[in-house]
Amino acid sequence: MYSHDVLVLGAGLAGMRAALEAAKTGANVAMLSKVYPVRSHSNAAQGGINAALTDRGDDWTDHAYDTVKGSDFLGDQDAIEVMCREAGQELINLEHMGVIFNRDEEGHLGTRAFGGQRKARTFFVADITGQAILHVMFEQILKYNVRVYDEWYATTLIMDGNRCGGVVAMEMRTGDIHAIQAKATILATGGSGRVFEPSTNALICSGDGMSLAYRAGAPLMDMEMVQYHPTTLKGSGVLLTEGARGEGAYLINTKGERFMEKYAPNMMELASRDVVSRAETIEINEGNDIDGCVLLDCRHLGTAKIMERLSYIHEISLDLVGVDITKDPVPIRPGVHYQMGGIKTDIDGRCWDPNGAWKGVEGLFAAGETACVSVHGGNRLGANSLLDTVIFGRRSAIGAMDYASQNSHLNFSENDWVNGEKAKLQGFLDNDASGDLVAKLRMDMAVAMDKGLGVYRTEDGMQEALQAVQGMRERFKKVVVQDKGKSFNTNLIFALELGCMLDCAETIAIGGIERKESRGAHSRTDYDKRDDENWMKHILLRQGDGGEVTKEYMPIVVTQWQPEERKY
Amino acid sequence: MQANVSVRRFNPDEEDPKSYDQEYQVEVDENFTVLDTLIKVREEIDGSLALRCSCRASICGSCAIRVNGHAVLACKTRVSEHLSEDGSFRVEPAGNQPVIKDLVVDMNPFWDKLRAVEPYMQPSMPEPEAEYLAPNDVMLHLVDVMGCIMCGACVSDCTVLEIDKNFLGPAALAKAYRFVADTRDVEDDKRLKMYNEYGGMWDCTRCGECVTVCPKGVAPMERIMALREKAIEAKIPTGSYDGAAYGYRHSLVFEDIVSHNGRLDETKLVIKTLGMFNLPKLIGLIPVAMNAAFRRKMPPLLHPAIPGVGQVRRIASRINAIKKEAAK
Ligand SMILES: Cc1cc2nc3c(=O)[nH]c(=O)nc-3n(C[C@H](O)[C@H](O)[C@H](O)COP(=O)(O)OP(=O)(O)OC[C@H]3O[C@@H](n4cnc5c(N)ncnc54)[C@H](O)[C@@H]3O)c2cc1C
Ligand code: FES
Repeated sequence: MYSHDVLVLGAGLAGMRAALEAAKTGANVAMLSKVYPVRSHSNAAQGGINAALTDRGDDWTDHAYDTVKGSDFLGDQDAIEVMCREAGQELINLEHMGVIFNRDEEGHLGTRAFGGQRKARTFFVADITGQAILHVMFEQILKYNVRVYDEWYATTLIMDGNRCGGVVAMEMRTGDIHAIQAKATILATGGSGRVFEPSTNALICSGDGMSLAYRAGAPLMDMEMVQYHPTTLKGSGVLLTEGARGEGAYLINTKGERFMEKYAPNMMELASRDVVSRAETIEINEGNDIDGCVLLDCRHLGTAKIMERLSYIHEISLDLVGVDITKDPVPIRPGVHYQMGGIKTDIDGRCWDPNGAWKGVEGLFAAGETACVSVHGGNRLGANSLLDTVIFGRRSAIGAMDYASQNSHLNFSENDWVNGEKAKLQGFLDNDASGDLVAKLRMDMAVAMDKGLGVYRTEDGMQEALQAVQGMRERFKKVVVQDKGKSFNTNLIFALELGCMLDCAETIAIGGIERKESRGAHSRTDYDKRDDENWMKHILLRQGDGGEVTKEYMPIVVTQWQPEERKY
Repeated sequence: MQANVSVRRFNPDEEDPKSYDQEYQVEVDENFTVLDTLIKVREEIDGSLALRCSCRASICGSCAIRVNGHAVLACKTRVSEHLSEDGSFRVEPAGNQPVIKDLVVDMNPFWDKLRAVEPYMQPSMPEPEAEYLAPNDVMLHLVDVMGCIMCGACVSDCTVLEIDKNFLGPAALAKAYRFVADTRDVEDDKRLKMYNEYGGMWDCTRCGECVTVCPKGVAPMERIMALREKAIEAKIPTGSYDGAAYGYRHSLVFEDIVSHNGRLDETKLVIKTLGMFNLPKLIGLIPVAMNAAFRRKMPPLLHPAIPGVGQVRRIASRINAIKKEAAK
């Protein structure tokens, strides 16, 4: 049986950062990913990564305050402090690895402005920051010769009671099922954006890790906090970076007005994302739209700046909607972008361990978008997510190595786990052709979620979405997998991903219904105010043995910033 | 509008697997990409069609395939631009890589070649406390190379790889260039020697296919040429692979002949490059020469200078003067 001290599931930025940290100490670590590492969705990050560098007159506590305020005071301040304090060193680490950040005249790292922050502290590589960092991280993975299970799909966590001992996975090329033993397992499987349509997320962002952990008994926290990004392309929903507005682009409606004047007179287009997305939605609902979109106007930035700093969004606007942003404004609208919630972890990635007692799943760690530490609370600031991946990717590796050094492998029967999985998969293959096709079912789910849990939410709308999703669980049992073969059966993989997305969808809806206030990205028209008296707390959802969902609450950790009204 | 897409398929699970073409009719609109079309096929018509894709926005590098015979990113290519008069287009897996299933190819050789160029920065040590300083224009220049998404389109259509699997190929060499051009990496000398070896920079034939098909404007061939220039500047013409030495000499002799005659004398080029007295090598070329003669491709033995060659010579000496000046 394959066996490792530390096994990292996922090879995006969080996963690679974790694996790299472990590999540098010579640990027996491996990474497993359903796509080649550089295909991971971290490559889509365009705008940049935040850090407050003291030698540039910035201060990490300012960054932390902006993050706390951005989170609408739902973020845990101890975790936010850790992230913002370590940001500077980690940014330098990235530079030392070889990331080619844009520079100032003296050759120091240069910054750009980003939403919701009072200082320009976003470091960037043109508008391909995620790709540039991801590829350099992969260079390091090659340098340290980390074992990678390329194109393996993790299907189930191997559990004994409350302890995780590794994973069952499918080698996609052959279709073979394997069990991999690990003393510590790190989930770095990314977000769940495909639960909605339209979405900026890649097709692979199906919330697998959240679902794997949830089924194994770990709680998912604040799942209702789904970020709508203000500038996603008409049609496909592909993202145009906030960096465009950071460089000075305007948002205008059909009357040609810079409508943000009405909603955030100080920060204008650079108010926090939830604020801008709501403003756009109001404009669109009031009829100041074209085909359900408002416009992003970059023209006044000039061709030279656009081609130097925004050339990728220039390329995709031209490719996907035929608009040359140097000449015309491009139609955009809010679209689902990021999952602030996720697997509840502590600041060392553990899932999770207050004072030596594993309250989630023992031996399980999580980092990146799949985890909820929580540093983003109700609303993530732009360019804080890449930071989250590297900071907590690294920390979770340290936590996992520590755990692995003190614990031995879990004993289990490889055959039982492999055969159990095979039987489950065969169940899908044996379904007759009378059920729904995978894509049809996913689209129904995604549209229902968009309708019921969009930028503005109501009790009735969310209940309707929840019922629809629960109904789909029944349809899912009969879902049709047309490809009956073994090798590279993507059809079967999609079915498995859909199963994961349904778990995410259900918990998002339940969390949304549960939170009876408006905070961050969760805006309810029936409870339109933030309610600090009753809701300064996280919502944790667990799956009971019979599939029922149980709720728990946890107070928000407040260290130095008391909740105050949020104005931009 | 209706599009007929013909897809080259291959199913390794069959007893005696053979590739075959299958046609699908799909309703598409003006903005439809090839990827939108294939996704529609697999979602609505035939779930067994295998292809890789993820981002839909030409950034993850998953979806390189061939459309009408040339490598493209499916998500960056509009159907309307590739339809024939009868409304059809042809899709095949990327070339030069073994097919696993349908449009999915084995990229292991690709990653192996990447590994072979030591693809990680090797800066001066110890690390400074803050960042390494670097000029912004160097960084901006590197953004263009870092724009490579490792999709393998260049590898698919590389004409050298078609006949020599040992060639490192355009993607790996473009990556190699990224380190040589990065002022923070201090191992240029070691790197240039390494890329000078068999399968390295001198094996590119400059056909330009990689530049044409690269969906991200990385222009791998130009990076390979820049590597050659750097190797020549650094006077690294020798290596254990004698082809490397010839590559360098070839360029010198080329320049010499043209600036003297105003045109290329291919026979002389070969003899001078290999060396007049390098009998074993020259004899080794006899079959090639005979083959060329047989196919009427033997260059003429006598190459008189072109009319007005004086002007060419004057240009050449001016260039030399400028080069000398610059070297000072
Ligand atoms: C378009 C876009 C632009 C963005 N721009 C920015 C920005 O400018 N700044 C910023 O800070 N953030 C940005 N973000 C957010 C940020 O990019 C992501 O949140 C972050 O990169 C997530 O990284 P990750 O490592 O957690 O996951 P990912 O990079 O998504 O990696 C997930 C990994 O898990 C693997 N995986 C998943 N499921 C399985 C399974 N079942 N079996 C095996 N492997 C599996 C995948 O193969 C992949 O390797 C952006 C996001 C999007 C969508
Ligand atoms: S799907 Fe990512 S490059 Fe085409």
